[in-house]
Amino acid sequence: MSVLVRIPTPLRAVTKGQGEIKTDAGNVKELIDRLEQEYAGIKARLCEENGSVRRFINIYLNEEDIRFLQGLNTALKAGDEVSIVPAIAGGARTGGGVPAPF
Amino acid sequence: MGYAKGLKCRECGRPYPANPIHVCEFCFGPLEVDYDYLAMSRQVSRQRIESGPPSIWRYRDLLPIEGEAAVGRHCGYTPLVRARNLGKALGLTHLYVKNDTVSHPTLSFKDRVVAVAVTKALEFGFPVVACASTGNLANSVAAHAAEGGLTSFVFIPSDLEQGKVLGTSIYAPNVVAVDGTYDEVNRLCSEIADKYGWAFVNINIRPYYAEGSKTFGYEIAEQLGWRAPEHIIVPAAGGSLITKIWKGLQELWKLGLLMAVPTRMHVAQAAGCGPIVTAVKTDTEVIRPVKQPRTIAKSLAIGNPADGYYAYKVVKDSGGAGEHASDEEIVDAIQLLAGTEGIFAETAGGVTVAVTRKLVQQGVIGRDDLTVISVTGNGLKTQEAVQGALQAPAHIKPTLKSFDEVLAQRPAMAAKA
Repeated sequence: MSVLVRIPTPLRAVTKGQGEIKTDAGNVKELIDRLEQEYAGIKARLCEENGSVRRFINIYLNEEDIRFLQGLNTALKAGDEVSIVPAIAGGARTGGGVPAPF
Repeated sequence: MGYAKGLKCRECGRPYPANPIHVCEFCFGPLEVDYDYLAMSRQVSRQRIESGPPSIWRYRDLLPIEGEAAVGRHCGYTPLVRARNLGKALGLTHLYVKNDTVSHPTLSFKDRVVAVAVTKALEFGFPVVACASTGNLANSVAAHAAEGGLTSFVFIPSDLEQGKVLGTSIYAPNVVAVDGTYDEVNRLCSEIADKYGWAFVNINIRPYYAEGSKTFGYEIAEQLGWRAPEHIIVPAAGGSLITKIWKGLQELWKLGLLMAVPTRMHVAQAAGCGPIVTAVKTDTEVIRPVKQPRTIAKSLAIGNPADGYYAYKVVKDSGGAGEHASDEEIVDAIQLLAGTEGIFAETAGGVTVAVTRKLVQQGVIGRDDLTVISVTGNGLKTQEAVQGALQAPAHIKPTLKSFDEVLAQRPAMAAKA
């Protein structure tokens, strides 16, 4: 299923600067694996070693937090929009010598 | 010199320097102060603390500051009240109230975290200190900023209790009332912190700010004679206080100042905004945010608690429980505390007393268990909550006859006289 994925600013360094990515996946777990194939290292930012989504990463399917749907098994259909949002508003800045305010 | 060696991500453990940052760049987890406990243990002792000032700064070695307290020198060391009358009413023989209604200078436990945060902001060299607040934090930030000669900006939901708005404005900060929930105010403040580079005590200074709450727990232990109680009931908004009380007790034990920590930490929230209690009661670690908090306990009306998961974990790890209190129960409990112990608490205090009552009824707290109720703010700040629930004065003419008539009409009055 062709879905649109929104990438938050702090993770765009991993996705070669892209804020929106179109990809194909049947569920969220597949989606993350697909992203990892294309942009190595993104999975480690989104998931713990055991594969579950990190506590402070929220993934929304069409505005609904997948934690309150079927989690990683949440099915995707054509046209769905998946947003990846760090739990703490504002998120962290990337790069730069001066540590980010958050 | 302090013993803080840096910050550490609570989720993935990545270390960071002790800078004004609060989010892990790798996993977005919250950062926490990391101490050199080994070095600390060589310095800290019961005697050293006991010889310190009657304030939170007697625990200075365990706080993340490098120099001396810049503001809030008289903060903390509030009374631990043996609550015999309230105990009788609730069915407890060893009940105490940790009474931060008299916290100096702004009558809530927030003075503890702000004294540390503003001291730290000054150490970092920030010219402006700010916060998002449900009321008590705004009062405290404004007061300490005034004391420290700093400019301050406080952001509050526009429906905040009048007493809290006035109690902030008096110190002449910049007050911004936002038409939204606290969660919306906080989200906006993250963006403002990012753009303007101000010291937001509960955002970019949060790791240092949060440590101030440990003193609430340190004092309980010291005031009980270096003993951790069997139960501590704590109200929760963002969830930070209950996690830090627990951390403080664990630190004292780790440093050898306490022999054991048998304490069960119980969380108290309002029925109209109790996502942490809900998680505890349903045994689900994923906190379901409350989109529209509806409770008279506005100080606890945080639908998306930043430390929600950690608060849940502290309750579970310590073998504690949680309960909700309805608006009616809150008002009733404020009156009960006032009428039995002469302590006038704000709505959060009512929540905590009401929840304690429930936990006793449920058999979670035993009759003879050493129990401490955390009262975090003064009732004069939330007068609206109890207005209408109190008996109006007897209104008489200035004659003995007039008074005698009233006394005859009100048997209860006569009984007390």
